[in-house]
Amino acid sequence: MVDLAVDIGGLRLANPVMPASGTFSDGLARVIDFNRLGAFVIKTVTRELRAGNPTPRVAETAGGMLNSIGIPSKGIDYFFDETLPFYKRFKPPLVVSISAPTADGFASLATELGVSGVAAIEANISCPNLEEDGRAFAMTPHATASVVARLRAATKLPLWVKLTPNTGDIADVARAAEANGADAVVVANTILAMSIDVATFRPRLGSVTGGLSGPAVKPVILRQVYQCARAVKIDIVGCGGIATGADAVEYMLAGASAVQIGTATFIHPTALIRVIDEIEEFCNHRGFSRISALTGALMRAGVDETDLEWRQEAGE
Amino acid sequence: MMDSLYPVREGFSVAEQSAVVIANTAVNPEYRHLVVTAEPPATAALAGQFFHLLCPSSPDGNPFLRRPMSVYAVDAMRGRVEFLYKLMGAGTRGLAMLEPGDRLNMLGPLGKGFALDPAWKHIIVLGRGVGLATLAPLALMAERASVRVTAILSARRPDLVMSVDLFRARGAEVIVVNDADHSSEVGNVERLLRDLVARGRADAFFTCGSNRLLLLLQRLGNEHGIPGQVALEQQMACALGMCFCCVRDFHAPNGGVEHRRVCWEGPVFGLQEPLSW
Repeated sequence: MVDLAVDIGGLRLANPVMPASGTFSDGLARVIDFNRLGAFVIKTVTRELRAGNPTPRVAETAGGMLNSIGIPSKGIDYFFDETLPFYKRFKPPLVVSISAPTADGFASLATELGVSGVAAIEANISCPNLEEDGRAFAMTPHATASVVARLRAATKLPLWVKLTPNTGDIADVARAAEANGADAVVVANTILAMSIDVATFRPRLGSVTGGLSGPAVKPVILRQVYQCARAVKIDIVGCGGIATGADAVEYMLAGASAVQIGTATFIHPTALIRVIDEIEEFCNHRGFSRISALTGALMRAGVDETDLEWRQEAGE
Repeated sequence: MMDSLYPVREGFSVAEQSAVVIANTAVNPEYRHLVVTAEPPATAALAGQFFHLLCPSSPDGNPFLRRPMSVYAVDAMRGRVEFLYKLMGAGTRGLAMLEPGDRLNMLGPLGKGFALDPAWKHIIVLGRGVGLATLAPLALMAERASVRVTAILSARRPDLVMSVDLFRARGAEVIVVNDADHSSEVGNVERLLRDLVARGRADAFFTCGSNRLLLLLQRLGNEHGIPGQVALEQQMACALGMCFCCVRDFHAPNGGVEHRRVCWEGPVFGLQEPLSW
């Protein structure tokens, strides 16, 4: 028997596998057993009603997809009336992703969500910050610091902060989140990208640019998890192109304590269950009695620091 | 494809399953007919529902996302599901490569299908393009409910009309219209419809595949108080209501406009609900 339990910023999970926000809803209960998941992470809740972006909202790319959904939201009342009662029927803890256009907006949402049935907050600070010319909070350490500090003061719940990969130094942003009270960082949201139809000269997404996800982004986000793991002591939830148990193990070796599965669920709705089964199988096969032993177990033998520094400079 | 990784799980109404291709043949220069094996819950698919197909790679590309495909026919006794698909892009060109004996990973059945009101005695089915496939299972559904069907099937050319024999075999009256002789023009279709309405053959309208035919039926439906249903299409990613990629505009109950997910609230909607596109 492998012990699959992990502790993420003070929240105990039966296993380290959970959906990524925006790629999961009650509809998946028609295909998989929700009680097997490590946690629920639901689509981002906003205070206000939001219609979302124009269509097309999705485009296929090599080894991945672009999306520009635009966080359509039925608002906070819908969450309390419909979403929360639905998830209370199941065992896994409910992590509520939230978003707001201002730090105050984030804080008031987090406070309001301090109710029975909400196990943790995932602050989606990859959204545009109206106080910073629409740049995402998570693009800079100082905007991250201010919104996380406000959130920390506003809630006693475990606070996970979802970072954007669209920043020059994600490790600095992770440090800012840690220094201001985040219990964990989720690395990362989608990579800003675009695609053009050469037959029509039109962008393939209605809002021109969108987020790239899927296997194509895995090496990039894995690198960012590795960089964050070297920078902070708080837990890291890896999220980017994971489709198999081996992918999840790779993220844990780089420093993640848990993983989120998103785009893979669109291709195989049973992907979450498959990853849980495969990481257990991996631990059995390799003789690990606890999955948490994989976190940060990356082997760097044979490469001394001087070599690494040289490679870093050459690569940048 | 690692099919053993995705076994059908007991107790779930939607499943990923590895179907075996029985036939995959051209029906005209644009469309192909795919017949695959299926087991429950796939064989519980209703008219208007769809499957999400993992299309194989071909020289035209490697489809990353699944492709939604409406059900053309289901035979639960023999364990078969059939599709009619148009050769369009990388997905359908990949499907065209499938040979009998090959495997096809399909997810389903998905979405909300057509429904017949027991009070209806005569319905009108008006289809064009992909609608000729999507509307086809209504023929059997109506026959079983003892509902008479008049099917108006529209295409660019007579050789591109499909499902004529299928509707006739189920006792439907079939009227074929096409662009080549201008019989498919809205004015002529409207004349045919008004005649059927006048003869009491139109307790409900069913349509799919054409925006202008939808508009026509919405207008006639309003004028005569005739209800109906329309099956819509939209690009999809998840097909389970999770990603909100496949939204379209609908009249909201409060008078405004709202988004609904074609995969989840649909693909079949009330005739007057969608805005035209």
